[in-house]
Amino acid sequence: MALNTIDSGLLERLLLHREVEEFLYAEAELLDERRFNDWLDLFTEDARYFMPIRRNVKWGELERGETSESSEISWFDEGKPTLTSRVRQLETGLHWAEEPISRVCHMVSNVQVMRVEGQDVHAKSRFLVYRNRLQDETDFFLGKREDVLRRVEGQLKIARRKIILDQNVLLAKNVTIFF
Amino acid sequence: MVATWSSLRDLVDVGRGIVSREVFVNEEIYQQEQEQIFARAWLFIGHESQVANPGDYFASRMGEEAVLLTRDRQRKLHVFLNTCRHRGMKICRYDQGNALVLTCPFHGWSYDTDGRLVGVPGFKEFYHEELDRSQWGLVEVAQLANYHGSIWATWDPEAPPFEQYLGDYDFYLRPHFEGDDGRDAGAEIFGGIQKWRMPCNWKFPALTFNGDRSHAAMTHRSTTVAAFGPQGALGEGFRHGIQSRRVPLQYEVLMPGLGHGGAATIRQADEPYMDTWQTVPGADDYYREMHRKRAEQFPDRPRVQAGCNVFPNFITGGAVRTIAVWHPAGPHTTEVWRFFLVDSQAPEVVRDGLRRFQMRYSGPVGMTEQDDMENWNYAHAASRGTIARRHPYNYQMGLGHEIPDGGKVPGSLNQMTAEHAQRGRFARWLEFMEAPSWRDMSPRRQLR
Repeated sequence: MALNTIDSGLLERLLLHREVEEFLYAEAELLDERRFNDWLDLFTEDARYFMPIRRNVKWGELERGETSESSEISWFDEGKPTLTSRVRQLETGLHWAEEPISRVCHMVSNVQVMRVEGQDVHAKSRFLVYRNRLQDETDFFLGKREDVLRRVEGQLKIARRKIILDQNVLLAKNVTIFF
Repeated sequence: MVATWSSLRDLVDVGRGIVSREVFVNEEIYQQEQEQIFARAWLFIGHESQVANPGDYFASRMGEEAVLLTRDRQRKLHVFLNTCRHRGMKICRYDQGNALVLTCPFHGWSYDTDGRLVGVPGFKEFYHEELDRSQWGLVEVAQLANYHGSIWATWDPEAPPFEQYLGDYDFYLRPHFEGDDGRDAGAEIFGGIQKWRMPCNWKFPALTFNGDRSHAAMTHRSTTVAAFGPQGALGEGFRHGIQSRRVPLQYEVLMPGLGHGGAATIRQADEPYMDTWQTVPGADDYYREMHRKRAEQFPDRPRVQAGCNVFPNFITGGAVRTIAVWHPAGPHTTEVWRFFLVDSQAPEVVRDGLRRFQMRYSGPVGMTEQDDMENWNYAHAASRGTIARRHPYNYQMGLGHEIPDGGKVPGSLNQMTAEHAQRGRFARWLEFMEAPSWRDMSPRRQLR
């Protein structure tokens, strides 16, 4: 395909996809470097951050396989204020679950831009987060994310994140990290 | 030389407040506990609100074992071992649902909601109609109790009825299942049960955590800065919110001989209302009204807020309205299940506010318990070694300082920050571990 016949729509989509990827990689870097205040700045003020509990359900009842955001208990159901509380807690140096700090590595992959609606970019990705503590305490968290990234003054920000962890019984003793 | 002991009393000296680490890390003792305690005690299963309709089932757990709570066609509740009588397959591998017949995926044996074996493929052709189906229904618990909405069960037919097992601890436990206005059985369970695993023995949280008031200042130091209680940054960021102007009665309670106990705060029925839900607009009106209704309907009933440990492994407590069951999963692992309560008639704004508070407070993702789990994990790990096991734990706080004739409230009382309840739980643990049967334990089942 000669350069002068490239569909400009395709090019735009390609550039957006790269922008979303770079955003998510940069976010992972902030988390792994424990630059939590910079990470919080990536969220809109009215952001929602939600991680349902997974249930073992029948084929045909798959919608009940996740706890409901509007009526049930889940793992995370937060806004920016509570995410900020968590960061403040980590910053005290007295949050024993993260003292000494964990060694954390966020791998992000399968980035897809699903659609654009006005200022909102609906994106999906998958994560593998590795946490290693003290001598040999090791956890793997693996799952999917569905994000709404909103363009605010030209920059992408996270307006909504749904985290779908692929576990029923949580196999880690606690979750002191962000996804 | 391999460590030995002639009697468990060498390991647990309640009178001196000394408990050997061996009790927490020894494999043999763990196996004995499954027989002596979990096969005989009353265990929490779930709540009637989880199985509201005929055919509803909820997958639960008793000790290490998977059980099913069902409601049958006549609306009666049952608890069964979740295993087919034929070849053992788990008959139901869903967490909850509705089914008027449960069919095993292995050979197709089918059971009704009351446990009867109602279908056996090839009954005529292969079994020649010789199988006595009436003898091969699901294994059912010996006794089941509905305590103000909460469901309890025991495998032991000789265990005293639940009311006797609980005794006067009813005074502290019943309020947990009430509505916010004191309405009997007015609470229900939110959908969404938190389940997670911790690398420590079940007794760390079950026997030594509740009533361990003195851990909070150090373990949870980082929580005041986070200020995530329902009052937010008011009340000095205290995670529960400050709840009263008058100084209430506060004790550490132990029911002697029964092993139940924990911290308790008792306020008078006419305690003035104080808003502790500033971060949830609209919640104040509701709680104020419920506070008033309670005082009006139950003017002589004190307001009891207790962290309730029911022996062996159930706890519920506090403003967070959460139940935890600490399931044994091997000597070095505990599987925790957290249930969350709410008034069944609370308006949406209150349900949402409470839910979000519960989620950010409790559980492995909540901001409070994360530090508890770090402590229990590494306390257990450090206690497994040969030398460590020779040096017992100290449970001497408040020893000998029981409040004589506390009188106004049930139980043996000590100051609120003490290890009184823990000592009592270990005494009960000893009794369960040593007694050949319920006939040798208190309370004796009263034959009618």
